Amino acid sequence: MSDSALRVPPAPYQVRPDAGGAATLLVTGHGAGGPAPKRIVVGYGFWIFLLSDVVMFSALFATYAVLFKNTAGGPTARELFDLRNTAAETGCLLASTFACGMASLAVAERSLKWTQITLLVTGLLGLSFLSLEFREFAHFVHAGAGPSRSAFLSSFFALVGCHGAHVTAGLLWLGTMMAQFHFKGFREDIRHRFLCFSLFWHALDIIWVAIFSLVYLVGTLPPEMLP
Amino acid sequence: MWGKLSLQAIPLDQPIPLVSGAAVIVALGALLIWITVKGYVPYLWREWITSVDHKRIGIMYFVLGLVMLLRGFIDALMMRSQQALAFHAAGYLPPEHYDQIFSAHGTIMIFFVAMPLVIGLMNFVVPLQLGVRDVAFPTLNSVGLWLTAAGALLVNVSLVVGEFARVGWLPFPPLSELTYSPGVGVDYYLWSLQISGIGTLMTGINMVTTILKMRAPGMSYMRMPIFCWTSLASSLLIVAAFPILTATLAMLLLDRYADFHFFTNAAGGNPMMFMNLIWAWGHPEVYILILPAFGVFSEVVATFSGKSLFGRRSMIIATMAICILSFSVWLHHFFTMGAGGDVNGFFGIASMIIAVPTGVKIFNWLFTMYGGRIRFDSAMLWAVGFMVTFVIGGMTGVLLASPAADFMLHNSLFLVAHFHNTIIGGVVFGVFAGYTYWFPKAFGFRLNEALGKAAFWCWLVGFYVAFMPLYVLGLEGMTRRMQHYDRPEWHPWVLVAGVGALIILGGIVLQIAQLVSSIRNRERLREPTGDPWNARTLEWATASPPPAFNFAVLPTVTSEEPYWDSKSRAREAGRWVSEEPRYQPIEMPRNSATGFVTAFFAVVTGFSLIWHIWWLVIVGLVGAYVTFVFFAWRDIAETEISAEEVARLDRANREARAAAFAPQALP
Amino acid sequence: MRRRAREISIVTGQKGARRIPRPVRWSLIAATAALSGCHLAVLSPAGPVAAGDRIILLDSAAIMLVIGIPTIVATVAFAWWFRASNARARYLPSFAYSGRLELIVWSIPALVVFFLGGIAWISAHTLDPAQPLESSVRPLELDVVSLDWKWLFIYPEQSVASVNRLVVPAGVPLHLRVTSASVFNVFFVPQLGSEIYSMYGMATQLNLQADHPGVYFGLSAQFSGDGFPGMSFNVDALPPVQFDQWVAATRAAGSALNGASYQKLLEQSANVRPYTYREVQPGLFDAIVRQKLPPGHGPGPLTATGEPARSDR
Repeated sequence: MSDSALRVPPAPYQVRPDAGGAATLLVTGHGAGGPAPKRIVVGYGFWIFLLSDVVMFSALFATYAVLFKNTAGGPTARELFDLRNTAAETGCLLASTFACGMASLAVAERSLKWTQITLLVTGLLGLSFLSLEFREFAHFVHAGAGPSRSAFLSSFFALVGCHGAHVTAGLLWLGTMMAQFHFKGFREDIRHRFLCFSLFWHALDIIWVAIFSLVYLVGTLPPEMLP
Repeated sequence: MWGKLSLQAIPLDQPIPLVSGAAVIVALGALLIWITVKGYVPYLWREWITSVDHKRIGIMYFVLGLVMLLRGFIDALMMRSQQALAFHAAGYLPPEHYDQIFSAHGTIMIFFVAMPLVIGLMNFVVPLQLGVRDVAFPTLNSVGLWLTAAGALLVNVSLVVGEFARVGWLPFPPLSELTYSPGVGVDYYLWSLQISGIGTLMTGINMVTTILKMRAPGMSYMRMPIFCWTSLASSLLIVAAFPILTATLAMLLLDRYADFHFFTNAAGGNPMMFMNLIWAWGHPEVYILILPAFGVFSEVVATFSGKSLFGRRSMIIATMAICILSFSVWLHHFFTMGAGGDVNGFFGIASMIIAVPTGVKIFNWLFTMYGGRIRFDSAMLWAVGFMVTFVIGGMTGVLLASPAADFMLHNSLFLVAHFHNTIIGGVVFGVFAGYTYWFPKAFGFRLNEALGKAAFWCWLVGFYVAFMPLYVLGLEGMTRRMQHYDRPEWHPWVLVAGVGALIILGGIVLQIAQLVSSIRNRERLREPTGDPWNARTLEWATASPPPAFNFAVLPTVTSEEPYWDSKSRAREAGRWVSEEPRYQPIEMPRNSATGFVTAFFAVVTGFSLIWHIWWLVIVGLVGAYVTFVFFAWRDIAETEISAEEVARLDRANREARAAAFAPQALP
Repeated sequence: MRRRAREISIVTGQKGARRIPRPVRWSLIAATAALSGCHLAVLSPAGPVAAGDRIILLDSAAIMLVIGIPTIVATVAFAWWFRASNARARYLPSFAYSGRLELIVWSIPALVVFFLGGIAWISAHTLDPAQPLESSVRPLELDVVSLDWKWLFIYPEQSVASVNRLVVPAGVPLHLRVTSASVFNVFFVPQLGSEIYSMYGMATQLNLQADHPGVYFGLSAQFSGDGFPGMSFNVDALPPVQFDQWVAATRAAGSALNGASYQKLLEQSANVRPYTYREVQPGLFDAIVRQKLPPGHGPGPLTATGEPARSDR
């Protein structure tokens, strides 16, 4: 049973020794000072989720790497990929992430007008990314290079498509966030959710960097340079 | 309009699923009618279904696991009886049916028995042991529970609408591809696991965040109870491994639904990739199951030996070593796929290395018992039974880790005996020990000890009679999953194994009797102090059952065994109970129907995906999204428990403890 | 000293700790009698590969038992001795750490694993299925195809084939290339040696030898569908002269195995009685492995255009 009533002080702090004679503990923020504040808990939990998502993408990347050469007599990466389109997609996504960063600043300033504007720009750029990607996929399918053509194409569509599905879900989330800011303002829990959203959006950017490097850039290397 | 679904999906021509399905529907229907007529629905909705309290959620997980244990065990009885009859004969289960039964047995036991039981214990115990009020994300916790239940529901629906997978508990391609499994069975399997997999991942994230970021003041890492350390390791494994399962099953789904070619025989697919991916998840999965069971044993052995756990620090190191090493051994599940001496040798050695920290744990429990005053309550019986049984299972595991030995025993009944040895001897015994140990904390009264001990002996003897013959059968060359066989030397051992299954059935019947009898006699078995076992960790400092807020005031932790030390201090000071604290109002999260409603839409989505009812899929997904937005829209997330209410509940417990301890002479 | 002797005798239940108590003695005799009646195929090798695997198995088991049995005995002994009602046991509530014990507790399993690991590494190489056997005799080439749900054994040099029965010369090393026409299976003859996966589009290698003439049972060790239990077959090891006679007799009767008859084999059938083919189209096995011939098409009939008909149930 506890020996005395305890208010949880803000971390870090120094625990005073009590009658039990335990040593003084200097808190370093590793939870020894009591439960962490909600903002930290929410952010931390979302980071763990993002790491789990990275593991899922890793499985898709590994499959892509193994099945890269299994073109079943069909089109190869070098024949299919248009690097200019990839560059455009990258530009859209990076700009979108930048706009999201601007939105974080607007939220910190509690400016509803600039929050909604920057979030709208984020969403429109994300939508441009998706439409470029959709066009690329449609073009491949029309050219007989759809996912049923070969194992290589299956793994390409799954990996890049999974990223695209995450972007789509993110846009849905973005729209919901804009509505929540509009109706409820800058309440603390709404800000926590927005923190999670921006973490998500930035993480998708990181995954995209991995995709355009390992899939598009490596895929279009001359064959003698491939492992 | 209804996709592939038609009246032909109901097995009117197959007596066994028809009769059993009808029986379950009638029983469930009767139960629902009784609950409604008696007026329990508002209570159940308010206190259980919409509860976000980790204690309630933990109990519901446990109930789910126990109910599914009955289904999985009936499958086992059918398998054993079929094999007993099917020597030079067809038996009573045709191959299409037998194949579904062993697939359902494994799937249910791993995903809907072992996982829920273990997660249920973690949910109930960890926040109490950490000295906090709830997990990091209580509503997410509820969503995870109900999604797991949704997956279990889908598996059971396959008994009466359609069929289940016929490929084993892991759907190896090309057998699980559409070409060789054109029915809906594999789809039932895949969607039910994807849905419950999301729930499990949520639990992993929740537990990791809780353990790392929410502990009572003063509880540094080294002062965390061992059960929390093993729960942390298990939850880290969930977060790192379950996404691999999600991705792999998604790839198989794409193959089946959208004509992709990840693992098909045509167009360059590579089924070996599935093996690597699924076992990269599959091996950490068994450690997800066993680590919390190890944690239970650490608590139980220490408490019932009346001593601190021996070698606490090396236990923690061993736990985290097992956690990390579990990702380095997956290839030992397919040594016979022809990877060559170097690769096989590496993974063989890695698999043996992981036995070192496990052995260290066994020795530490051994030396905890040494010099103790051991009380053989049934929880301790499970622990000692585990120590003997698991060592055998571990030895056969190291045996199989040698590629040259595995070349002769892969997929044989020797392998089946090994993993049942470790899972039953480890996970099941651990869960039953935890059940007996923490039942009084959850409900305020003990379980009937005599029936508990009898159940233990039935399980122990039954396990050995059922599975030791399987080791012999493996050495006689019998492979697993045989619907019939012709070799005469196999027959007697199969019969003995069947007898063992019946002895285990006796154990299960005794456990049901124990629960019923204990509930009936709960006043006589009531345990008012909150500490029936003279235990050592913080959860025993609360009332039984604990109030919603767990602790009126969060305890300050100054040692590794805070509750034991405060009891010792109290003994020295001559006062059993400390001064009353200054009570404050406590904010607790509000109940929410989000979990239940999301799971409802998950079932709708899953069922319609299985049967290709595309418009209903969209309805389900939109419904899930709307539920999510509805939850996100709420303005009041917490309720306040007034200081008077906190005081009233806490004082009741303080008086009960004072009354129980007062008559004792101070030592 | 005398007190310890008394304690030992109380534990074992009679005077003098050396003699095995009568109940234990009788149970050991009974167990040996029971086990000797069963045919432990994995431990009754009829060839060098199985013999090698058996040695590894028994050696590993013995090494493990050296640790395992004392641990189990200690568990039961400690549990019994330190029970609360035993007034003679010392209560050591603060015995929670001992550096020396920690060292032993970590190093004994580590040393055992080190030792076993070495054995595992070496044997993983020497007993690898693809490792050719040391012999002065030229190996017999065998091509094995697993179908739904039977085994096809092709003798490429003799140009004959057999279904669900493998006839081999005794004392001659066998080099098997194994593939599948559909789903994964595992080729396994317990008394001869290692299992090996059969996979479509790939050829795995297995080297075996039957030292003496005899009949050895074989099976598939990977579940492959409804007809899986019927995939058992016998290996008939004959003296080399009789093997040549069998080949000659096989060439004299039966049908031919070519693309057309192979297509018929692809259709799903179970519990197939053994039969033979008198000639085999050259390069058939390679065509299967290189996916020039289609894989098995699963359950149900083909549609008019040759696609597998998808069942809706």
